[in-house]
Amino acid sequence: MARIGVVTFPGSLDDHDAQRAVRLTGSEPVPLWHGSDSVEGVDAIILPGGFSYGDYLRCGAIAKFSPVMGTVIDAAKKGMPVLGICNGFQLLCESHLLEGAMIRNVDQHFICRDERLRVETVDTTWTCAFTKGEEITITLKNGEGNYQATPETLKKLEDNDQVVFRYLDNPNGSANDIAGITNARGNVVGLMPHPEHNVEDLTSPSLDGRKFFESLLQFISARV
Amino acid sequence: MPRVVVNVMPKPEILDPQGKAVTGALKRLGFDGFTVRQGKRFEIEVDGEVTPEVLERIGEAAEKLLANTVIESFDVVAD
Repeated sequence: MARIGVVTFPGSLDDHDAQRAVRLTGSEPVPLWHGSDSVEGVDAIILPGGFSYGDYLRCGAIAKFSPVMGTVIDAAKKGMPVLGICNGFQLLCESHLLEGAMIRNVDQHFICRDERLRVETVDTTWTCAFTKGEEITITLKNGEGNYQATPETLKKLEDNDQVVFRYLDNPNGSANDIAGITNARGNVVGLMPHPEHNVEDLTSPSLDGRKFFESLLQFISARV
Repeated sequence: MPRVVVNVMPKPEILDPQGKAVTGALKRLGFDGFTVRQGKRFEIEVDGEVTPEVLERIGEAAEKLLANTVIESFDVVAD
């Protein structure tokens, strides 16, 4: 059984939902702690949503320097699958594992709604079970989800097929309607919407979040 | 105690939703013709003298933590 680590920072909110999603999709969740530099030999790592360190300074800016992130950054550079959700995406950008940055939503509102997305690339460890062009619904909830990058970076992301998800109805002013991106290698994926909230009928508008975890399992079994 | 100030501002080409909201609010209050961009000011108290080396060190701190240079620029000023 795949062991998937979920990091808890002070101020993380969705770490337990992420652990639950991991369990419901057939893997073993491994709680990881921000103050430890060990990732317990896991097969993949999720950086969950929330407000790490109170979002002080900038979202993710202080979490970047926590002991666990040193290990996560090293592992990611060696190919460890890492998924950053919402605050986790902001943290991946602050850590320079992904390019660009998030600013306030264009209309200043905190937005909480079911968001329609298009899967733009299946060439990542977290999206290989999707179909390219597939339209999915994933819960979105954030105040600073407005993705921005330099024109050169945006061009590079587009040219290298590193835009993973695009909003069908851009809620926050993100450049090029970008909801999620990956690194050049495809092992690190970050997105603002929350796939861990879309894994069961009772509480979800869709079950589209399951495919993130199925993708990872598909990738891991193909690798072994 | 000697003090150094680091000013962090959103880069001109990056949209500043907060500054825009403040600009709109000022206009509604009758303060016309003012366009605001909102940034952050850090006041840093320094043990000992503010030497060029200290200013350089604070510049490194700003680059590493206080500003995200993807979206923000900063300057370092001895107060």
